[in-house]
Amino acid sequence: MQQLLNTALGGLTLGMVYAAFALALVLIWRSTRVVNFAQAPMAMVTTFVALVIVDAGHSYWLAFAAALASGLVLGAVIERVVVRPVEGGPEINAVILTLGLFIVLHALAAVIFGNRYRSFPAPFGVRGIEVGGTTIALTGFGIFTILAVLVTMGLLLLLFQRTDIGLRMRASAFNPEVARLLGVRVGRMLTLGWALASVVGSLAGLLIAGGSLVHPGYMDSVVVYGFVAAVLGGLDSPFGAVVGGLLLGLALSFVSGYVGSQLVALAALVILMLVLVLRPGGLFAQTAARRV
Amino acid sequence: MAALRTRASAWWAGSILGRHLLVALLGLVVVVVVLESSSDFRNLQLASMAYLGIAAGGLTVLTGLNGQISLGHGALMAIGAYTTALLLDDREASTPLPLVVLAAVVVTLLVGIAVGAAAARLHGPYLAGATLALAVAVPGIALYFKEQLGGEQGLRVVLPDIPAWVLDLAYFVTGQDLTRSRYVAYLAWLTLVITFVLLANLARSRVGRRWRAVRDDEVAAELAGVHLGRARVSAFVVSAAAAGAAGAMMALTVRLAAPSGFTLTLSLTLLSAVVLGGLGSLAGALLGAALLTFLPQVVTDIGVDAGLSDIRAAELAPLVYGVVMVLVILLAPAGIVGTVRTALLKRRLRRSAAAQTRTAGTNPTAPGTPGTPTTDPATTTSKGSTT
Repeated sequence: MQQLLNTALGGLTLGMVYAAFALALVLIWRSTRVVNFAQAPMAMVTTFVALVIVDAGHSYWLAFAAALASGLVLGAVIERVVVRPVEGGPEINAVILTLGLFIVLHALAAVIFGNRYRSFPAPFGVRGIEVGGTTIALTGFGIFTILAVLVTMGLLLLLFQRTDIGLRMRASAFNPEVARLLGVRVGRMLTLGWALASVVGSLAGLLIAGGSLVHPGYMDSVVVYGFVAAVLGGLDSPFGAVVGGLLLGLALSFVSGYVGSQLVALAALVILMLVLVLRPGGLFAQTAARRV
Repeated sequence: MAALRTRASAWWAGSILGRHLLVALLGLVVVVVVLESSSDFRNLQLASMAYLGIAAGGLTVLTGLNGQISLGHGALMAIGAYTTALLLDDREASTPLPLVVLAAVVVTLLVGIAVGAAAARLHGPYLAGATLALAVAVPGIALYFKEQLGGEQGLRVVLPDIPAWVLDLAYFVTGQDLTRSRYVAYLAWLTLVITFVLLANLARSRVGRRWRAVRDDEVAAELAGVHLGRARVSAFVVSAAAAGAAGAMMALTVRLAAPSGFTLTLSLTLLSAVVLGGLGSLAGALLGAALLTFLPQVVTDIGVDAGLSDIRAAELAPLVYGVVMVLVILLAPAGIVGTVRTALLKRRLRRSAAAQTRTAGTNPTAPGTPGTPTTDPATTTSKGSTT
């Protein structure tokens, strides 16, 4: 019973992070029709920025803010400089481009920061909280993780639903031609979308790294889980991405707890294939129609 | 004499299989000359170029002809390599080598069917995501089944003794004793030539035309009676089979199948090799494989000279691949071979156009052959080949 509870709690925490990462992928997919596989190394680079600041003796929160800010800049620069030329072109070129970026950022981080595992601090305890004499698997940092993701999602929801700029961003993603005719600077909105997604990705990276080890490849599997979560939710829906992330986090946590942690990635692959075969439009798809 | 030439050129244009076999034969002669004149160390390097080339060849058919992306070819190679390792676990292993390779291909093919069938029916980046998951998942399987698959250490591959007739033949042809590394290199290159002939023929056949039709226009292809899903899955399966053969050759060359050999980086660098050489061109795939084999040493040496530590300098090679991959996509999406081919074609067109205007200018009695209409269909084909 206790293991069941702990596995579920661990899954919930991880699921929140996957949800954030899936959300980052969905934000970019909605606006530019690119699955940004480079999201993982982008988040990794910003985490290393935070690590450098922490190692220089500054506080965790300064590093946290710096990482998110560098994520913002990195996302905007990458969209503006390298992704813009392939937008609207063949799908395959965009995919190859993000994979090229994947390799570049990976190798660059390994050259600059080194290829070894380094420990990353956490601002809160990473030991289980005691409830009524037994320790449960919910850590202080875990609670922070859940809250941070929830707050971010709330802010994004506010931005998209309640502000003028959010409306413009939705318009550019929905129909760039018409939005442009109505005076929306579509290009700027796309850059902003990438920047925001990159911030969300950086947050996921920081939350995965907290109290654990980082190296240039530590986010590689997370991009797979984020992608599976996004596909679970339909790849087009931010809400679906969040639910998909939570479900996937729980499922993978149970696989890890009861079968073996080595098979987590395989379980993600099996889930992905099942979704693609049974409900290609995601769990919440209403119709399977596709315009050709 | 002229009749002979026209007949030869007609044969060249007509018999695709004959042409491919002729090129393959010439390729084999080059392979023999190069392998015989290089050292044991170079032989092994060339063997690894061959297995990377086989995998890249499979990938270039998938990506270039069918417009799909696989990030899982490293993982598919791992499946071929582990199958080989399980069949060649000690010196008494009695399975003949061709059967071992065949088994590796078949097992990989089955995995290819499973993954391809799930993902290839859909458009867009789904196959990329699914194969990325495959690339991340496969090393975990080897770690989980420690007893059977050797865990972190992996499985040792025992190379069977060289058959006596091969030794005799090699001595008869070259006058040198065949070393084990050279034997492996021959095996790998022979497999490469066979795979490339098969892939080249397939690409020119009805199957290949279907793949290209699906890549260029789904709706038109479907209207013409092409089953989209079947075309996509078959392209993926063929490509996976090539990766299986590559994995078998890798196992024989490295004599080890371990998870550390099949990281996500391997899959990504294979893709960069294919992009570098030019999508859809087997020659480009071979060029890419050559770069993957020989560039790292050069770049790492430069890095060490520039004052980087060995480990960091080793990361410079992937950095170069990545940067070049991004630049190729932004500046020359047809890759090296494609860009050169287009440039040559353009030059030839310009020349023939110039020649025709000249003849039109000197011979006003023949106004029926203006330059523009003849170049029109040619320019459209050159456009077609760049996409």
